[in-house]
Amino acid sequence: MSDLLALEAIHLKKEVNTNRGTLTILNDLSFSIPVAQTVAIVGVSGSGKSTLLSLLAGLDEPSSGSVRLMGEALFALNEDGRAKLRGQTMGFIFQSFQLLGSMNALENVMVPLELKGIRGAEQKAKSLLNRVGLSDRLYHYPRQLSGGEQQRVAIARAFATTPKILLADEPTGNLDAQTAKQITDLMFELNQEHQTTLVLVTHDEALSQRCHQVLRLAAGQLVHEGHLSS
Amino acid sequence: MRVGLRFFWRDIVSGQLNLIALAVIIAVTSLTTISFFTARVQQALNQQANQLLGADLVISSERVISPALIEQVQQRHLAHLQVLRFPSMALHAERNQLVDIKVVPQAYPLRGELRIAKTRLGTDQLANSIPISGQVWVDDRLLSQLQVSVGEKISLGEREFLISAVITQEPDQGAGFFNASARVLMNEKDLASTGLVKLGSRVRYRLMMNGPEAEITDFRLWWESHKTLGERIEGVKEARPEIRSALEKAELFLSIAALLSVVLSATAIGLSARRFLQRHLDSCALLRCLGTTQAQLIRIYLLQLTSLGVLASGVGCLLAFFLQTFLAYWLGSLVMIDLPAPSLLPCIQGMGIGTVLVLSFALPPILALARVPAMRVLRRDLGVPDARGWTGYLLGFLCVAGLFFWKAGHWRLGLYILVGFSVTLLLAGLLTGLLLRGLQWMARQGFQWRMGVANLTRRPFATIVQVIAFGLGLMALLSLTLVRNELLATWQLHLPSNAPNWFLTGIQTDQSEALKQFFVSQKMPTPELLPMVKARLIRINQHAVSSADYEDESARRLVEREFNLSFRQEAPSDNLLVQGAWWSEQAATASDELSIEEGVAQKLHIQLQDRLIFDIAGNNITATVTSIRKVNWDNFKVNFFVMGTPHLLEKQPANYILSFYLPLEQGAFLNQLIQRFPNVVAFDVRDLLNQVKKIISQVSSAIQFVFMFSLLAGLVVFYATVASSQEERLQQLAVLRTLGASRSQLVRMQLTEFAVLGFLSGLMGVAGASALGYWLAEKILNLPYHFSFSMMITGVGIGTVVVSAAGYWAVRRVLKMPPAEILRALY
Repeated sequence: MSDLLALEAIHLKKEVNTNRGTLTILNDLSFSIPVAQTVAIVGVSGSGKSTLLSLLAGLDEPSSGSVRLMGEALFALNEDGRAKLRGQTMGFIFQSFQLLGSMNALENVMVPLELKGIRGAEQKAKSLLNRVGLSDRLYHYPRQLSGGEQQRVAIARAFATTPKILLADEPTGNLDAQTAKQITDLMFELNQEHQTTLVLVTHDEALSQRCHQVLRLAAGQLVHEGHLSS
Repeated sequence: MRVGLRFFWRDIVSGQLNLIALAVIIAVTSLTTISFFTARVQQALNQQANQLLGADLVISSERVISPALIEQVQQRHLAHLQVLRFPSMALHAERNQLVDIKVVPQAYPLRGELRIAKTRLGTDQLANSIPISGQVWVDDRLLSQLQVSVGEKISLGEREFLISAVITQEPDQGAGFFNASARVLMNEKDLASTGLVKLGSRVRYRLMMNGPEAEITDFRLWWESHKTLGERIEGVKEARPEIRSALEKAELFLSIAALLSVVLSATAIGLSARRFLQRHLDSCALLRCLGTTQAQLIRIYLLQLTSLGVLASGVGCLLAFFLQTFLAYWLGSLVMIDLPAPSLLPCIQGMGIGTVLVLSFALPPILALARVPAMRVLRRDLGVPDARGWTGYLLGFLCVAGLFFWKAGHWRLGLYILVGFSVTLLLAGLLTGLLLRGLQWMARQGFQWRMGVANLTRRPFATIVQVIAFGLGLMALLSLTLVRNELLATWQLHLPSNAPNWFLTGIQTDQSEALKQFFVSQKMPTPELLPMVKARLIRINQHAVSSADYEDESARRLVEREFNLSFRQEAPSDNLLVQGAWWSEQAATASDELSIEEGVAQKLHIQLQDRLIFDIAGNNITATVTSIRKVNWDNFKVNFFVMGTPHLLEKQPANYILSFYLPLEQGAFLNQLIQRFPNVVAFDVRDLLNQVKKIISQVSSAIQFVFMFSLLAGLVVFYATVASSQEERLQQLAVLRTLGASRSQLVRMQLTEFAVLGFLSGLMGVAGASALGYWLAEKILNLPYHFSFSMMITGVGIGTVVVSAAGYWAVRRVLKMPPAEILRALY
């Protein structure tokens, strides 16, 4: 395992203003994730898991602290710079799949490739969909696919640009147990194949047990940082 | 009830009902503005019938009223008098002016009030008599046109008259819809001495009568069975038929234009109601969970919609009340009658229409809310209850169809308009669908292009609705600015710079040589005097001609009035023979042949070899049609519908007409000519052109005004459609941002989508405006229509730029938001 860091959170804090004053969602989190590791962020609802994932991806801005992505300070960049960096280094899998309804499966997978201006996007997307077992669903629109199939398309899309880091937010949260197992297997297989750093938010203890590292959150604070070996 | 109103208030405050309210306001305002205006003119016609007619019954004719007819009036002891009206020239110092002379006897008027003032803009009073011999009363227009005052003299024909009063109000005012010429009121005793009424003078005789209703009805019945061609009757109920007919047409046309905005508004209401349904699913599921019954939910929303309908319609009626003054300004000034204050009836109709529109278009999706399963509280994926698809809108469709029938006034016309409207919308929809297919194929070209076009093709119905709605608005805008200007420009381009600008009519045979000499002596080119014989067409072959035989209104008018027949040996050089052959030199002097203008031949169903019989001052002549001509009416030369051989017509009583070009600086020539030939009437083509321009401008301002509502309704539909896909659009932006799309990539993608939408709308608008322009030019104005590329570029350009800008405006804020924030807002 390499000692290079894929992600590093330094004194990360997120507060939001509400009618009843300031609410602290994440409080002074610091941790690091080495390259090619698999990390699960776990915790009860409202513990700040999804917010942490958003901050690690640069989808949201922290109140204070910083995130280093492949050594680069994420919040030193503007929104456009962060988007560019994301496009170069990250892939995403969401609980609610977040496929584009106006595009078929193939086009959905082609999107990140085309955003990066990669040639042969169609071929690459086809081979990825083939890899996730959807070769007969290339031209189906999201509404014509089952939940499991939609998540497979989302996984193919996430791996399309061979990202260094893959972030997954409750990737099996909307799926039944059997489909969830299939999706998890697929995700880990691809992770192995591409040597990707995987950071996933989950409630599923079984899923978290498959990861190298587990970050447990409670009330916005890191209460346990453990390793599978420990 | 209280809960319902509280819900209503909350939705109003949160702006969720804004679009529905706006659409209702537009629909109600557009229809009610027109109703207010037409009701005012109708009221004026009903309340001022006697004043407008000047009698209880009037018979008018281009010929002297027959003694037999007057005898019938006398037998019934009806009070009666005769009024003559004709155009002539008035002179004062170096100025001359075409006027409309009304010659009246002592008892004038039988009904209504004649009011005069002693000075211009002075206080008026009821006139107890008519001008005494040697004096005339004139209206304010003549005073300013001739720059003359009360107390000064003007020349009319061979006499001078003292202006002794200004007419401020006069019964039986208009001769036509547009009362163009200034009025001169003359005592009948003076007519003979002016020498103005001669052979061929355009005199209209009006026999006015009043008396007990039974006698009037009895006379009317007698007249119906004894009337002769060319006689017209006007009673109190049909006073000013030209205004009533014009009002009917104006109301129909404006209502159809307004119905366009109603249809668009209805679409916006339907779309907005669906969005309202989507946004209320969760709260309804919760209410159901907390024990609210379906019936309670239905009551809550029914109350909400009815309140919305009534409130928005009220606002629409209030706006219409103010806006109808614009219509009264543009169109009211053309009918030249005083309009009474508006009544409340259009308001009641407007409130009804608005409320029914809301209920019929918004109710189906909103009633579907009541069927939301309470389980949705636990499982959000439990979908949207079926809004009963298209069948849910059957009520709305029936309601709009009812409006069409009501406004058309006749089921058949209503059906035509409804079918026409539906077919146009269907064609526009099909065309847009085809274009979208083409775009989809082209979309293989690039990422941004595909993303933009995919958004359009993914929601084809919404795209088609947007293109049609915005395209219709653009069509209205283009047709009324560009097409109008281009048509007028084409017309003016058509006129050579030395095209005749004056017509002289009423030239007597014994004046023709002297008139030619006069032209020569003034160093003007010798004019060509063309003979004119007044004749009435009475038979085509064996068939007696009657206006009732023709459906076409212009054909009816043609047979009701007298034709001006002309004769000559050679064919006019600028006429084109389309059928038959022009008569030979020999036939010109030996046989009775006719040549007919193509349009008249078509309208009256006249063909080659038909034998026509004309009545010329009581004598009948018969001749065979041997040629049909195409006439170029745009060059302002004198042309005739019917021409005959000299053999046929040269012995008939005739007068002459000529047209000539008079440079502006030689105005004095005309004064001298009129002084020398006072019975001759001169028409200034520029005046006519200016009047036509003014009328076109005022009428199109009114139409433009009504079409503005369509444009507004189109914008509301556009906005409602964008709003209905807002969540999907936001999700797309957030996901793409997450996947690394730069801001400029997202902007380009959005701009592509909206630019394509605008481009298609522009094309639709240009196609519609071109079709309208073609119809106006070819069918109404008889001008060749040239497709305007500048209009296409402007239309497509406006469509693309405006929609792109509107689209960018709608998403600009989101482009700056962090993706997580957008996704949080959505879920």
